[in-house]
Amino acid sequence: MSVILELRNLRKNYGALAVTDDVSLSVEAGELHAVIGPNGAGKTTLIHQISGLAPSDSGAILFDGQDVTHAPMHERVRAGLARSFQITSILPGFSARENVATAVQARSGSSFRFFGDPSRERALDDEAMEALATVGLTARADIVAGQLSHGEKRQLELAIALATRPKLLLLDEPLAGTGREESERVVETLQGLKNRYTIVLIEHDMEAVFALADRVSVLVYGRVIATGAPEVVRADAAVREAYLGEEAA
Amino acid sequence: MLDTASPAAKAPATATTPADAPAASAAPRPPLWRREALALALFAFFAVAPAIAQVGAEGYLLSLVIRAMIFAIAALSLDLILGYGALVSFGHAAFVGIGCYAVGILMAHAVPDIFVQLLVTLVASALFAFVTGAISLRTKGVYFIMITLAFGQMVYFLTTSLAPYGGDDGLTLPSRSTVLGTDVLENDTVFYYLVLACLVGVYALLRAIVGSRFGRVLRGTKENAVRMQAIGYDPYRYQLAAYVIAGMIAGLAGFLLANQLEFVSPAFISWQRSGELIIMVVLGGMGTLTGAIVGAMSFLFLEEILARITQDWKLIFGPLLVLVALFARGGILGFFRRAK
Repeated sequence: MSVILELRNLRKNYGALAVTDDVSLSVEAGELHAVIGPNGAGKTTLIHQISGLAPSDSGAILFDGQDVTHAPMHERVRAGLARSFQITSILPGFSARENVATAVQARSGSSFRFFGDPSRERALDDEAMEALATVGLTARADIVAGQLSHGEKRQLELAIALATRPKLLLLDEPLAGTGREESERVVETLQGLKNRYTIVLIEHDMEAVFALADRVSVLVYGRVIATGAPEVVRADAAVREAYLGEEAA
Repeated sequence: MLDTASPAAKAPATATTPADAPAASAAPRPPLWRREALALALFAFFAVAPAIAQVGAEGYLLSLVIRAMIFAIAALSLDLILGYGALVSFGHAAFVGIGCYAVGILMAHAVPDIFVQLLVTLVASALFAFVTGAISLRTKGVYFIMITLAFGQMVYFLTTSLAPYGGDDGLTLPSRSTVLGTDVLENDTVFYYLVLACLVGVYALLRAIVGSRFGRVLRGTKENAVRMQAIGYDPYRYQLAAYVIAGMIAGLAGFLLANQLEFVSPAFISWQRSGELIIMVVLGGMGTLTGAIVGAMSFLFLEEILARITQDWKLIFGPLLVLVALFARGGILGFFRRAK
């Protein structure tokens, strides 16, 4: 398998606090790689660094053979790096369909067009509807996104990310704040995406992580203390002490 | 590959709701004349106003309406960046001033031709917008307000120090712009319809822009800039383009204002004028375009009426604005929309 994302000695400090402390990690094309860790381990910061929302102090990020360490977020997205946010990030005043169509528009043709109604561009709409179908929101396409339920917004955010045609999906706690039924639906959707997309998944829900992940990396205080298959990581003594032990207590 | 996604899948979803029921959005769009009913009514009013005004104090009323139309153009341009782009520019009067002084300075050098003056107006305001926008748009929120205010005041103080062109006192123009060597614009009716044509043209242009691909990116950035970056847009470029377009249109308003008054003055450029443009847009209803026209009209007509009642008309106008801010979110348009 080929490596699609490689982090080399990545660092980030907030003042004296090392939030990302010498993280080296590689993600192979096609895998679902989960990053777990206790609260405050620096998981979200790591995703921010990979996606370009937060700059890195040192180290390198190689994506699909390119050094993107210093590239702005929108360029990384165009290179194929899409993400979702822990706190749902959508365009609340747009319909679900327009949310996704706007993402399709970003990579199909110039957006410096001042005339013509994009909601009548069939090519944009058809692709948007396809992405909405993938996450099961077809029937809700014309609802204003701000009025969707929390779970539906999470699904919508996934559809938006898919519409950028990513080579790698960074998902920041897609199950956060969802109810039992909703989270089952999200896990089901992720099952469907697995093997079609390379995914880096940050998640708190251990059950979901061990059900979905091909490999798991454990982040504690900004350091990767273990990487491997779920069973191996689960059995790792250091991980048990730092993380799973705490969970069991 | 599309059959699961598009029309086939859409049909059952819509079939369950009664036809033509008011849905949350994206119901079949009403015809153009109904969507634009208010704008068309306003334009119709402007079109027949000269005929009505002939009954009374013609000159005075007409010049008030012309003024309203000119400020409507400036307010429309501000609505593009303020209402659709969420960019609170507090220096927008500078562009009006650039238009004014382009006319004034060219007149002083015996270049009265309308096309030359228009070209200079548009190029100068575009350049100024590009340079100041490129800097201002690197800041956000209050800092953006402050920096646009600073650039606006820069133009203001520049004009006060233009001694050859009147400095503080302003500059009286020898005539209106000439068209192919003729003085047709001296005819108030001709000038009136030129201003109306500009207003309709600007409105149609902006309506197309906010509904286009470009407008979608602008509106999306207002909704959630980080989300737009996270799907591959660089919001900065689109905001800058919108800023330049808005600056050019405000420059056009300045060009018309100078011609109406046959006088230009630094007073047109002070930060109070920028504040008034913001008030017009907010008063009418941000992000609607029509609201900018309604706002400009209401502002100028109210000012006129209240100024007749008392010299201290701002004492009444101020509380009125507070009431609008408190009880009419979305401005006058928003108020009536909810009342329906």
